[in-house]
Parts: sequence; C-alpha cells; structure tokens
Amino acid sequence: MRASTASLSPATEEPALSGDAISLSSVTKSFGEFTAVKDLDLDIRSGEFFSLLGPSGSGKTTVLRMVAGFEPVTSGTIKLHGTDVTSKAPFERDVNTVFQDYALFPHLTVAQNVGYGLKLRKTPKAERERRVAEALDMVRLPQVAGRLPSQLSGGQRQRIALARALILRPQVLLLDEPLGALDKQLREQMQIELKQIQREVGITFIFVTHDQEEALTLSDRVAVFNNGNIEQVGTPEDLYERPATRFVATFLGSTNLVEGELARQLTGTDSLVSIRPERIHLSAPGTPAPEGFSSVPAIIEEIVYTGPTTRYVASTATGDRLIVQEQNDSRASAASRGDAVELQWPARFNFHVS
Amino acid sequence: MAVIHETPPPPAAAVQPRNSLGDRISRILYARPKARLTGLLLLPLGWLGVLYIGSLILLFITAFWRTDSFTSKVIPAFTLENFIEIITVPAYQQTALRTIGIALAVTVLCAALALPLGLYMAKVASPKMRAALAIGITLPLWAGYLVKVFSWRITFSSGGPLDWLLAPLGLTGPGYGTAALIITLAYLWFPYMAVPVYNAFRQIPDSLFDASSDLGAKAWSTVWTVAVPLLKPAFVAGSIFTFSLSLGDYIAAQFVGGKTQVIGTVIASNINLNPPLAAAFGTVPILVVVLYLFLARKSGALKQL
Repeated sequence: MRASTASLSPATEEPALSGDAISLSSVTKSFGEFTAVKDLDLDIRSGEFFSLLGPSGSGKTTVLRMVAGFEPVTSGTIKLHGTDVTSKAPFERDVNTVFQDYALFPHLTVAQNVGYGLKLRKTPKAERERRVAEALDMVRLPQVAGRLPSQLSGGQRQRIALARALILRPQVLLLDEPLGALDKQLREQMQIELKQIQREVGITFIFVTHDQEEALTLSDRVAVFNNGNIEQVGTPEDLYERPATRFVATFLGSTNLVEGELARQLTGTDSLVSIRPERIHLSAPGTPAPEGFSSVPAIIEEIVYTGPTTRYVASTATGDRLIVQEQNDSRASAASRGDAVELQWPARFNFHVS
Repeated sequence: MAVIHETPPPPAAAVQPRNSLGDRISRILYARPKARLTGLLLLPLGWLGVLYIGSLILLFITAFWRTDSFTSKVIPAFTLENFIEIITVPAYQQTALRTIGIALAVTVLCAALALPLGLYMAKVASPKMRAALAIGITLPLWAGYLVKVFSWRITFSSGGPLDWLLAPLGLTGPGYGTAALIITLAYLWFPYMAVPVYNAFRQIPDSLFDASSDLGAKAWSTVWTVAVPLLKPAFVAGSIFTFSLSLGDYIAAQFVGGKTQVIGTVIASNINLNPPLAAAFGTVPILVVVLYLFLARKSGALKQL
C-alpha cells in the first residue's frame, strides 16, 4: 500500500511534489480492547491535497489525531518530512489543525484567536498584527477582526479557524471534517476556496471526510478507510474507475456488483465484478454488440427519473438486477417498464474487485 | 374498516357540567390572571419579605439605638455613635480588615485547590473516579457543621493528630490561630467552589485544549490562557459563597481561631451587652458583600452564571 515517492518535476513553479510530508509505518492504535487503527502504512507526498475518506468509526480521525499528536500511537512510527515525531507533543510538531467544531477560543476576539500561535512564539507585536491582517485577508474576512467567535456565522468561523492554523505556516495542515457543519451551498463554496488556498500556500493538506463526493472533488489522492484499515489509496479517478475492493466500489458512488454465472459470461471467471451504472447503455433487443463490448439481454423493471439522468433497474436472464444510468440528452431512448432491451457497455469497464 | 361504525362515541358524558368547589375556584382564577399570580407568590414572597428582609431592616434600625451604660437596657433613639465607634476604634478597624483578609485567603485557597481538581475530574479521570471524587467533595456538606469544626479543633490541638503527623519531619502544626482558621474555613466552604469550577471545566470542549496545544501552547500556558479565563464566571460564583460565608462565620473562629478575633466573634460577644453596637458591626459584612457583588457584576462574570 506504500505509495511510490518518485519526484515529479523540479520544484520551480509547482509546489514541491517530492519527498514525503508524512510517513506512517505499521501504526496501530488501540483504545482498551478496541483497535481503531491496525498496522497502517501510509505515505503522503509534500504539497498534496490528500483525503482520508471513510465512514464514521473507520479510523480516519484517529489517524489525523495521531499525526497532530493529540493521541499517542500504540505502536509504529510517524515521520514528518523524514523526522521521527512519534513521541513528540503537539506543540513540538510543525503541523496545525482545523477542527471539526472549529475550536475557536470563545473569550478571544477573531484577531486574538488568529494571533494566538504567534503570541505563544513571542513574535513582536508589529509583525504579529501584520501577519494577522494578512491571514484575515487570505480568508477574505478582514472586517471581523474585532468580533468574538460567537458573533460570526458558521462559514466565517470555519475561515477564521483556517486562518488561525495557516498563519503559523505549518509544513502540513490537518483538516478534520471542516465542512461538516456547513449547509450544502456553503460547503460547495468552501470546497472551491479550500482548493484555491491550498494551491496558493502550497502546504500539504490532509483532509478527513466521510463525504465521498467532497473527497473526489478536492483531492489529489484519497485513502479509503474501513474498519481501521486502508482499503485503497489512489487518485479520485483510480478509486472511482478502478476500485480494488467491494467496499471501495460501493462507498464511492453506486455500482453494480455481479458474481457467479453473469460474471463468468462477462469476464470468464465467476469472481466479483463491478460495473458503474453510467457505463451501461440501453439498446434495442438483439442489437449486435460492437467489438470489445459486453452485451446482456434484460427486461426493464423500474424507471426513476432524476432530472439530468434516468435510472433503470433491469433484470437479466441470469436473475441479476443491474442499475443503468442514462443521460437525459436528445437521443435518450424512451424505454418503458416491461420492455426487453439489450444492456451494452465497453468490456474494459468490468472490474474485478475483492 | 367497518369496525369504526359499530362503536359510536359515548353520548355527552364528557360534556356534563362539573361544579365541585375546586372547579369553581379554578374558573374564577382562570378569568383573573392577577389573582392567580398573587396566589402563586404570596407564600414565598411573604416568607422572603417579612421574615428575611424584615429582620435585616430591624437589624439596621437597631444599629441606630443605644444602650444605657448602667442598666444595659436598649433605648430606641437615633444616634450614629455605634457607627462612629466601629469606624474610629482601631480594634474594630483591624478586626474588620482581618476578617476580610481571612475571607479572601479562604477564597484564594479554595480556588487554587479547585482548579487542578476540576481539571482532573472533568478531563482526565475515568467516569468511576469522577463519581467517587464528586461524592468525596460533597460528602462534608452532609455532616453537621459542629462535627466538622470540632474535628478540626482536635486536628489542630497541641500534640494532636497534625503535630503527630508532622513530627517525623521535625515540624509542628500551626496550632489554634489565623492559619488554622483559614484552613478550617477553606475546608468548610470548598464544595461551593469545587462544584461550579468542575462543572465549568466539563463544559469547555476538549478541542479547545487540543487547539491550544496544536498552536504551540504547553500545558501550563493552556491552563492560564484558555482554562482560567473561561472558568472566571465559575470562580466568581464560587467565591461569592466562600467569601461571604467566611465573612459571617464565628463558631469556627471560636473553636480553632485561638486569639484571632473576627467580625463574627465581636458581634457574638456584644449581642447581649450592647446589641446596637453588635447590629452596627453586623452591617459591615453586609456592606462588604454588597460591594463584592457589585464588583463581580462589573466584571461581567455574573451575566454568565
């Protein structure tokens, strides 16, 4: 599961994509009887926007908290840019965190919150004020410097938390479901801003989320967590188009999983195959399959109109039910319930998963 | 389903006029909101107003009366003599200042003990340990006041348990006096400080401590820059009890205070000889507490209670 660390391009324009910002080797974390993270290896490259994706309780937040230093590891080592930080306290690690509940200090103003870390470092007052103003400009909230956190909206608090963490110019920024508490519209706006800010500052972002769409949208690479293990690490495209396991295939988007007789017809072996619904198209019954296509006759059982797309449930002669997702464009075929159809898709979209 | 039609609702039984005495009173009160409010508040306000505030006013009036020095009889009059006496006689001044000092020392001691204990209970201890400590803190409240004071008297007695305990270190206990009094009062009123501080600690989200540490603070500076400011209302709430209860106490002073005189002991010794003077001196702790509450309010801490 170790990612290769081949350096890509000289660090001139692009943020340096060479070397590992974070490197976890055989990290295990137990809480009493319960093992939250099991013998985990993970390398995160410098400058990457890297997401830890998984359902709640999958261990992703525990990994983040171990990297930050809030939780000691039970065994294993954590390296930050090659330096072993396994037994170091949070204040000794050059990483900063944006918390799920933002964790702004309620008794301090926005400016004092953002300047908190600099004050602890005894940065001279003039420089502190200048950098606080810069940080507030970066998150486009210069006008709220004198307010208390309780006087801010959720989205504003989120940005202040970001400014407070980034002002220290850490090597790695950890974000623990930072958009979870925002409504959908604001969340989408903040996703774009986060990505922009990450590109501007060039710092490695490690982003914890349970929202697969968010992870796919934002990340350079994603690690999919399940039960304290990593199921797969890869680019969003890798994970979506070439899922390695049943869990990854079903957790990222919806998919058709077939095995047995139909799997043997499609791939020659009867082990589990994943086919994304949007890859399958409806053709008239008996339409010959083009070269390199899979083709399965079926009967339409159910039709669900969802606006841009229509979803069909089709049952095959082998007793499998496949979901088909068609774009509602001009050439959309008007199949109705009970129609016999031919389901066709390029055979390269059949993936074996474990 | 047909079943519904087979059982029609029972006829008019529920609409029959009810006319018991209670019903009639309820109907009258329903129409008259003011009468309702009076009925609700008469007892508690009467108790508070007549018995409590009333006796305070009587005390204040008595402070302007005087005592016949030959017969020791109290004569209703209007004189400022008593107040002039407690303001001008150095012994009274010193007693008042000493009492305020003791009350402040008790408050600081309680706060200093409540901070680490509250931190441990709210953020570190296991649920079992937390419950055990919560019981441990409040347990003294269930024991009689005199029992507790008397056990401290035994503790501080010459050659008593404390002396015996300290002997191997070559030390002796403080004996009866101001130090013993401060320790005893701090013990007596500690629950009133520890409980609000512990509760306030529980309400601080763990993430604030994580965030402080993440931004570079060591444990000590997190306590000072994050915990203490957020606990201020709890400290103020606790201190109102520890301070005012210490200011008014006289029994503990008699048992473990040795020769230490406090406002309470002076009042107690004058209550028979010269009640107006005792009454005048009795207004001092009230004024100090009022001033204390005013300062607490000004700090904004009371708003958060």
